[in-house]
Amino acid sequence: MQNQRTETPLLETKGLTKIFGSLRACDGIDLAIAPGEIHALLGENGAGKSTLVKMLFGVLEPSAGEILWKGKPVSIRSPGEARATGVGMVFQHFSLFEALTVAENIALALDGNVAIDRIADEARRLSHEYGLPLDPSAHVADLSVGERQRIEIVRSLLQNPELIILDEPTSVLTPQEADRLFETLAKLKAEGRSVLYISHRLEEVQRICDRATVLRHGKVTGACDPRQETPSSLARMMVGGEVAEISGAGLGEPGEVLVEVRKLSAPARTPFAVALRDVDLTVRAGEVIAIAGVAGNGQSELFDVLSGEVTVSDADSLRIANVPAGRLGITARRLMGCSFVPEERHGHAAVPNMNLSGNLVLSRYASDREAFLTGGWLGLISSGPVAAATKRISAAMDVRKSLEDPPAGSLSGGNLQKFIVGRELDRQPRVLVVNQPTWGVDAGAASRIRQALLDLAKSGSAVIVISQDLDEVFEIASSISVINEGQLSKPEPALSMTRERIGLLMGGFHDGTGHGTETAEAAHAH
Amino acid sequence: MDIAQNILLTIMTAATPLLIAAIGELVVERSGVLNLGVEGMMVIGAVCGFAATILSGSPWIGMLAAIVAGAVASLLFGVLTLSLAANQVATGLSLTLLGLGLSGMIGESFVGSAGIKLASLDIPVLSDIPLIGRLIFGQDPIFYMSLILTGGVAWFLFRTRAGLTLRAIGDNHASAHALGINVLKIRYLAVMFGGACAGLAGAHLSLVYTPQWVENMTAGRGWIALALVVFASWRPWRVLGGAYLFGAVSIGQLHAQALGIGIPSQFLSALPYVATIVVLVIISRDRRLTLMNTPASLGQAFVPDR
Repeated sequence: MQNQRTETPLLETKGLTKIFGSLRACDGIDLAIAPGEIHALLGENGAGKSTLVKMLFGVLEPSAGEILWKGKPVSIRSPGEARATGVGMVFQHFSLFEALTVAENIALALDGNVAIDRIADEARRLSHEYGLPLDPSAHVADLSVGERQRIEIVRSLLQNPELIILDEPTSVLTPQEADRLFETLAKLKAEGRSVLYISHRLEEVQRICDRATVLRHGKVTGACDPRQETPSSLARMMVGGEVAEISGAGLGEPGEVLVEVRKLSAPARTPFAVALRDVDLTVRAGEVIAIAGVAGNGQSELFDVLSGEVTVSDADSLRIANVPAGRLGITARRLMGCSFVPEERHGHAAVPNMNLSGNLVLSRYASDREAFLTGGWLGLISSGPVAAATKRISAAMDVRKSLEDPPAGSLSGGNLQKFIVGRELDRQPRVLVVNQPTWGVDAGAASRIRQALLDLAKSGSAVIVISQDLDEVFEIASSISVINEGQLSKPEPALSMTRERIGLLMGGFHDGTGHGTETAEAAHAH
Repeated sequence: MDIAQNILLTIMTAATPLLIAAIGELVVERSGVLNLGVEGMMVIGAVCGFAATILSGSPWIGMLAAIVAGAVASLLFGVLTLSLAANQVATGLSLTLLGLGLSGMIGESFVGSAGIKLASLDIPVLSDIPLIGRLIFGQDPIFYMSLILTGGVAWFLFRTRAGLTLRAIGDNHASAHALGINVLKIRYLAVMFGGACAGLAGAHLSLVYTPQWVENMTAGRGWIALALVVFASWRPWRVLGGAYLFGAVSIGQLHAQALGIGIPSQFLSALPYVATIVVLVIISRDRRLTLMNTPASLGQAFVPDR
C-alpha cells in the first residue's frame, strides 16, 4: 500500500532493549506495525522474537527504549494493561489451564465478573463467526493442539483487540488447520485489525504477510516486503549467511530388515496419554523412515515402546535384527546396537545440571563399557577417554560452547541437541530412533543434524525419525508414515508422497480411497 | 437412644479439628502451595487459644487469638516460600518442628491450669428433641463453623470467579502470571487462610475437645489432615466424608477396646488410619478425575521473571 508511510503506525517501538545479565536479548529494536496489516517477525530461535513480544504484551519489562501506541508513548506494565490498550496475544506454548474447561479458560482472561454461561455463549458465537468451532464445556486436557490454539485465539478476540500477536502459530497444526488459520487472519485483517505474526517458516510469511521485520542476535537485520524477496534472501537475513543444503545422495538400496514391528499395541498409561493400536513397521538397513503427525497423537508413546522405556507384553511384536525385543529394557537394546534420542532435551535426553562428559557416560556406560569404564566390577569412570570422546563429538557436530566441558543445561537448545545426537552417532549405531530431532533448533544446527542422520543411513544403519516438521520429513526420509491417534499409516515412498496426502493421513484417513479435499473439509466440520 | 446420640456426638467432635485443618490446607494446595506445617500451626493455635482464654477469661477471645496465631505462623511460611522461594517441603517441616517447640515454651506455665470450655449451643426444647436434638442444635460453635467453612470453600472454589482464579494458579502458575493474575498475592491469601483454619482447629482441641493444655496435644492430627486432603482428591465434601470416617473409626475402636474384644489394642489403634486411607484410595481410583483435580503446580516455587 502506498499510503502506509504517511499513516501513523498502530504500534511502534524505538530502541527497545531487554538485557538479561550479560545477554542483550533485544538490542535497540525499531519496529512499526501499520493498522490493518499482517506484519511478520522473522528470526531463528534465540533471535529475540519472543522476548520482544513479551515486552509488547507487558510480561517482561523493557530495559530501555519506548513503545508508541497510535503515536503516543505508552508503558505496558502487565498483560492486563496490554489488553486494555488493545493488544491480544496467542502464546507459542499455550497459556492454558489443562484442568479447567474451555469456558473457564476464557473467563480467566476477561476482566470483571462476567457470568460463566454468558462467556460460554459469546465464545461459541465468536468461534463460529471466525470458523473456529469450540465446545465451551470441554476440558482443555482432552483437546488437540489445534483446538487449544483456537481457544487462545477466541480468548484474545473476545477482548476486541486492535493488534493480535501470534507466536509460531502453525508449528503445531496440520496443513489443513493452518489453511483455516490463514482464512481467520484474512478476516481479521479485513476488519482493520493488525496482526504481528511470528514465524521462522518463510513460505507462510511470503504467503500471508504484508511486511516483515527480521531479527538476528537481538537486532533488526532487515525490514522488507516478503513478497518481493526470495526464500534464500530472507534466510540470509535470518541466519546471516548461507544455510548448507543437505543432500541424501548416496542413499543406496535398503538392505536387511533391522526393525520389525508387528501388531504392536500398548494401552495408555495416563488419562492424557495415547494408546498405540496395531502398529506395523518395517525398517531396513540404509533406510530413513520418517513418522509424521500432529503433536500428541502417540509419538512419544511410540518412541517409549521402541526405545524400551516402556516394554510390551508380547516380545515378538517388536523384533530388532530378528531377535524378539519387546520385553527388553533400554540397556539391553543399546547393547544390540540401538541408540535413542528422545524429544525432551532437558531431563530426558540429558541431565541439565551434569556436564557433557557425565551425560555421555550416562547413556553409553553399558554399550561402551570397555572404553569408558575401568576397574572391573567397580566401574570407575576413565576420565581420559571420556574427555577425549566428548571433544571428538563436539568437534564432529560443531557444538559451540564456552568451556571445555560445560553443564548440559548451559548450552543453547541447538548446541545441546547437536551434542546429544552426536553422542549417539559417535558409536555408529545399527538402529537409531530419534523423536523430533530439530524441534526448537535453529536452521544451521538443524541442517547439520539432518545431514548427520542421512550420513548414518548411508553407512548402512536403519534410522527412524519421528517429526512434526514436514519440511524435515521430506528432506531426509526415504519412506514416510503418519501417526494419528496411536495408529500408524502404511509407509509410502517419500518421492510419491504429497503434503496434501500427509495432511489427510494426519486427519485419520487411513484407507487409500476417497481422500479428496471435500472429504477433508467434511472431516473438519465435526 | 441417648447412647447412640452420645456416640455420634463424640464422633463429630473428634472429626471437627481434622475437618477444619484439612479444609484450610485444601485451599492452600489448590493454589499450588504445599504447606506441611499444619501440625505446627495447629499446636500453636491450641496453646495461644488456651493462654488467651486463661488470661482474658473468655474462650471467644481465645478462639480469635488461636486464629490469629495460626495465620501469623503461616505468614512466616509464606514469606519464606513465596517471597524468598524457599523449598516448600523443607520449610513446612521446619514450621511443624518450630510450632511444637514454641508451643511447649509458651504453654509451660499453663500446664495443669483449668481451662474454660467454649459453651455448646443450648436451645430450649429444640436441643431436647430425642436422638437428633443435641446433634443439630446442641453442639459447640466451632462445629457449626466447620460445616460453614466446608460449604463456603466448596462454593468459593467452584462457583466464584476468585475461586476459579485460585484453581488456575494451582494448575499452571506461569500461565496465570502471563494472564496478569497476581500469583504471589493470591497464594499469600490462601496460605494465611490455611493458617487461620489450622489455628481454629487447634482452638477446638484446647477449648472444646479437652479444655486444657498438654504439650504436643495435637498428636499428629495435622498430618492426618494433610493426608485427608490428598486422598480426598482436593475436593471439600470428600474431605468432610474422610474426616467423619476417621472420627467414626477412632471412636468405634475405643469402644471396642473398652469392650475387651480379643484383638490387640495396637491393631485397633491403627485401624482409623488404615480404614480412612483404604476408603479414600478406593473412591479416588478414577485416575482421570483425580488428575483433573490435582493442582499441577503443587509444591513448585514461582518466581516472576520480570
